[in-house]
Amino acid sequence: MDAKSEILSRIRTALGPDRTPVDVPRTYTRTTPETDDIPTLFATRAADYQARVRRVTAQPTLAGPGGPTALIPFDPVPVAAAITDLLKTTHVRSLVVPADFPEALLPQDNYVIRRDDPPLPVADLDTTDAVLTGCAAAIAETGTIILNAGPLQGRRALTLIPDTHLCLVRADQIVGTVPEALSTVDATAPLTWISGPSATSDIELHRVEGVHGPRTLLILIID
Amino acid sequence: MGMPAFPEAARTALADGQLRANLRTATGTIRAKRAAVVAERADWEQLREAGRAIKDQALHDLDTHLLRLEEQVTAAGGVVHWARDAAEANRIVVGLVRAAAADEVVKVKSMATQEIELNEALAAAGITAHETDLAELIVQLGHDRPSHILVPAIHRNRSQIRDLFQREMPDAPPGLTDDPVALAGAAREHLRRKFLAARVAISGANFAVAETGSLVVVESEGNGRMCLTLPEVLISVVGIEKVIPTWQDLEVMLQLLPRSATGERMNPYTTIWRGTTPGDGPREFHLVLLDNGRTAALADEIGRDALRCIRCSACLNVCPVYERTGGHAYGSVYPGPIGAILTPQLRGVDADPVAKSLPYASTLCGACYEVCPVMIDIPKALVHLRAKVVDANRANPSPERTAMKVAAWIFARTRRLELLQRLTARVASLLFRKPTITRLPPPLSRWTETRDAPTPPPEPFRDWWSRTREEP
Repeated sequence: MDAKSEILSRIRTALGPDRTPVDVPRTYTRTTPETDDIPTLFATRAADYQARVRRVTAQPTLAGPGGPTALIPFDPVPVAAAITDLLKTTHVRSLVVPADFPEALLPQDNYVIRRDDPPLPVADLDTTDAVLTGCAAAIAETGTIILNAGPLQGRRALTLIPDTHLCLVRADQIVGTVPEALSTVDATAPLTWISGPSATSDIELHRVEGVHGPRTLLILIID
Repeated sequence: MGMPAFPEAARTALADGQLRANLRTATGTIRAKRAAVVAERADWEQLREAGRAIKDQALHDLDTHLLRLEEQVTAAGGVVHWARDAAEANRIVVGLVRAAAADEVVKVKSMATQEIELNEALAAAGITAHETDLAELIVQLGHDRPSHILVPAIHRNRSQIRDLFQREMPDAPPGLTDDPVALAGAAREHLRRKFLAARVAISGANFAVAETGSLVVVESEGNGRMCLTLPEVLISVVGIEKVIPTWQDLEVMLQLLPRSATGERMNPYTTIWRGTTPGDGPREFHLVLLDNGRTAALADEIGRDALRCIRCSACLNVCPVYERTGGHAYGSVYPGPIGAILTPQLRGVDADPVAKSLPYASTLCGACYEVCPVMIDIPKALVHLRAKVVDANRANPSPERTAMKVAAWIFARTRRLELLQRLTARVASLLFRKPTITRLPPPLSRWTETRDAPTPPPEPFRDWWSRTREEP
């Protein structure tokens, strides 16, 4: 008998013929109260885990199908200015952006900008200081951003190798809870959930920020 | 396995003052963190109930869910392999690494690959495995064994780790301090080239979703993301009990696990992937589904609860025995209360002296059951396994079994008991003057070494009763 048939037959013998169906009681909380200020909760919780969070207000623009506003349904000018300000607080000199990242959102100062189009070799990513992306969703309760290789996000290696990650989060992308996030995010592409910068608790169980992933996580919430 | 049984191993561990101090600090820290984030959730008990039910649902229809998982992973471009035991799993992995023409691999911390001793099997095939989790790296550099599920180097403190890095890491920066930030920085530099150059990575998985074929790895450092994203070939070795039925089930598990494990609302990084994705991550994905004793545990109606375990280690951190002995004393990759019920089942209760001794490595205080996110009744399973150990050894004589036989013979007749009581009272009144006995000759000294025994009363209760009451 091959391994698969043998394991399956062992399972069937172990469980016997009478299987009692098990129901999952889903009485736990699945949503946050509507009275909660979700973006503020997200900002607080993300900062709890040492992400540096800023907020900027941008006027919404009407999303036209296929037009540039499909990617950024807001006025890019104040956002680009906020990105520039935020990067000034770091030692970043070079930036990588996903292939679809709009020119209008790039920082106005003199940065070396590398676009991941065609895909850059890892050696290039390794010599780039920062990465600038959007996200697929964010979870307020846990201070988590979720990437699914969708618009403004690019492939996974982009947000992994550079030492600083600046992530744009639209207020309307933030959900309250983990269950809400799982039911909204498209999971066909690989997902990366990020809650604060890379960390470890391996030395005496004290949390220390900064091991292999980006050691600085900057979050810009667009209200 | 040439490991000593728990009582002997514990004696060595207890004599190590540094080890006990390190463990006390670490488990104390993590207990407080866990308690704080669990208290935040008013629905914690409901989440636990759901967690238990999800794992039970998966286990009670394990064949169906595994077949679904295989179908989904295959549809997403992955290849599924089945391994009956450690040897078969190791053979599969070695074959895959050779097929990729690689002589080194990077590894994400995985309990399943430790259980099957994959690193040793790879080494025997001339393949170098680089552990990339900081604690695993510390263990590997120290030629040491892991002592905790989540934090395998919990037994070492920061200055011990600094010394180790300076001794064993050729590229350790000069003047390295014992500041954890500096230590983590040294590990980052040490592993960076390996990540960027690696062609093959080996991981485990925290969950495998049957409905979608998604694999989930929960981590903190980013070494997991490196391994799961950069190499061309990814091999995940996953125990068959890791399957959960639906995508929605993750909403429970991803809340229970980080809070129970590191005491965080969410761990820094979670990667969820299905098969392969063109232009993003590995070009080849292999899933090795591992039995290695799990189906034997599944056959035991009480013991199978241990298969619900999501390897959070909360039970280790609250266990008064673990806190004092540390993980090495358990002689297995799964230490602590969960290890005490998992190891004997995976290996067989009577397989070796370690497996046989583990069900007794507990005071049955029940703290582990209280914190378990999937409500495994560990004390109940321990008692159940103790019974199995006894059953397995009925044929062999032992002092304890002989004593029990004699006791049974005496208790079987009132007359025998009365005679013995009178005899004991006589002898005791001649030998002992104090109300407690603090020293007895061997073999009874094994009792009095650790406890006092009450001196038998000069008159047995039954005699006193018939002397002071009228017979009806």
